[in-house]
Amino acid sequence: MSAKNATSVVTVLKNDTLNTKQKMRLIKLRMEHFFLGFNDRKGFLMQLVIYLLLLGIGFVYLYPILYMFVTSMKSLSDLLDSAINWIPSSLYLSNYKQAYEVLNVRPALLGSLQIALFPTLLQVAVASLVGYGFARFEFPLKKFWFALMIISFIIPPQITMMPTYRLFSTLGLTGSLLAFIVPASLGQGLNSTIFILIFYQFFKQTPRSLYEAAEVDGASQFTNFFKIAIPMAVPAFIVSFLFSFVWYWNETYLTSLYLTSSSTDITTILLQLQSFSQNYETLYPATEAGPNKINEGIKMAGTMVSILPLLITYFFLQRYFVESVDNTGITGE
Amino acid sequence: MKLKRETVYGYMFILPWLIGFLILVLYPMIQSFYYSLNNMRITPTGLRFIYVGFNNYRDVWLQDMFFITELFSFSVDTLIRIPVIVVFALVIAMLLNQDVKMKGLFRTIFFLPVIVASGPVINQLVEQGATAIPMLNQDIIMNILTSFLPMWFAEVVGNLFNQIITILWYSGVQILLFLASLQKIDPNLYEAAKIDGGSNWECFWKITLPTIKPIILINLVYTLISLANSGQNPIIDLIYANMFNATRGYGFASAMAWMYAVIIGLMLLIIFLIFKEKKPARG
Repeated sequence: MSAKNATSVVTVLKNDTLNTKQKMRLIKLRMEHFFLGFNDRKGFLMQLVIYLLLLGIGFVYLYPILYMFVTSMKSLSDLLDSAINWIPSSLYLSNYKQAYEVLNVRPALLGSLQIALFPTLLQVAVASLVGYGFARFEFPLKKFWFALMIISFIIPPQITMMPTYRLFSTLGLTGSLLAFIVPASLGQGLNSTIFILIFYQFFKQTPRSLYEAAEVDGASQFTNFFKIAIPMAVPAFIVSFLFSFVWYWNETYLTSLYLTSSSTDITTILLQLQSFSQNYETLYPATEAGPNKINEGIKMAGTMVSILPLLITYFFLQRYFVESVDNTGITGE
Repeated sequence: MKLKRETVYGYMFILPWLIGFLILVLYPMIQSFYYSLNNMRITPTGLRFIYVGFNNYRDVWLQDMFFITELFSFSVDTLIRIPVIVVFALVIAMLLNQDVKMKGLFRTIFFLPVIVASGPVINQLVEQGATAIPMLNQDIIMNILTSFLPMWFAEVVGNLFNQIITILWYSGVQILLFLASLQKIDPNLYEAAKIDGGSNWECFWKITLPTIKPIILINLVYTLISLANSGQNPIIDLIYANMFNATRGYGFASAMAWMYAVIIGLMLLIIFLIFKEKKPARG
């Protein structure tokens, strides 16, 4: 843009038919248009401000992650050296080695995956059913149930947590995956209401006549659901699945309630991170001399390892995360 | 006949949720209310309930020294953070809604926290001081703030600066919702307004804001709920600690959870009231 502008300034200068005053006026006008914009075109200054803001905010957003990454690469001497800020003196990976052992990565990763995957599959399936039911059929008390569903999202889970915990422990569900699977398959998983609303919005937008046509041809309600509704709702399924997976993966309140207070083998990577310092001390008992002492570098390496699986997934699937929100019509019409 | 069949199908489809609601929401709510009216003691023969009426509720306010202070700081924090988060999300969404290059990259960055931010991760980062903007000197800010604000409020605002990044990290979903709704506004509206001599500023107040108003409400509520249920919230830890406390137990913790719910309800009410009031003014 600036190059084009420069040439036009030159042509104005070279134009012999104009006198100096006219030339100055023309150049001034062009400069004004370039910097401040005219009509719908944004001026250079405005663009600059927008990009600077975006870059600045982007940096602020990424700062903790960058900081975490850099710190995790620092050896003890680098950490203590105040001259070293952003670039560690050498590539130092033993923080990661220690963190990997402390986090107990293999079983923890498996646990996290189980707890994120199975409830998510059930939750999304049930949410699609319920959303379809609310969107497609008129039945008595529908508004009432719908309102209750939204209220159940708003009340703090702490209220229902204690009786639910007692119920689950009498049924013997605590300490196993079932403590997550049962609520998910009954539409009461993590943020289930949001997913039901997503499907509700989505099925509301699909034309009624499609179903009616199928019904005339003798399709049952279930054929309708499986053969027409589900194939159309792929975007809603994708967004629900991704969000549900991430939310379950990042959940620590319920996992620590159900999985740590009773003896169980299942653990998640975030539970391991929560007790990182204690685990570290049992694995590497601190000595007086102190080379074994936990330091920021190791902690940050542990944190880095714990977010890495999601981070990698996100970089491959980010398009689906970010764009799917537009496609589902959550924002309503 | 038709209507009856639809009723049957409707209930058939929502049945899983209905069962879940009755067993896992309604019944526990009633139970939890019952707990809160009792002192629960764990005895060898099982749980023993001693009816104490509303004593637990009184004790939550009078006997627990942390609850009131934590609740107060939580309420003030939340009431400040919600507008900060929502306004910030709107600003970013509007920036992204411009014709910028590498829009996808920026969206990816701004949404990243939703993926990464979980309780333990944020705790670790806060512990390391990675959540404060490094160029800002905390002491200077605090000095300036205390010079014209009362101490408790200055602390709240100072805290806001100190944790600005974690606060901004809460705005990922809100940005996406705003962005999606901004993109749906008909560009013809703006064009028409421009022809009638409306400035960008006027367009923002007269077209953009009224159109996305429902989304603002959704985002406000969503922000409140996510802040209230986040692992960073000390009250949740307090309830959790009381639950397994030998002398207090479920009864006391339930009463606390209900009081907390009432406070959240009040905040929701405030949000809705603010929205009600502004309606005629803008319409």
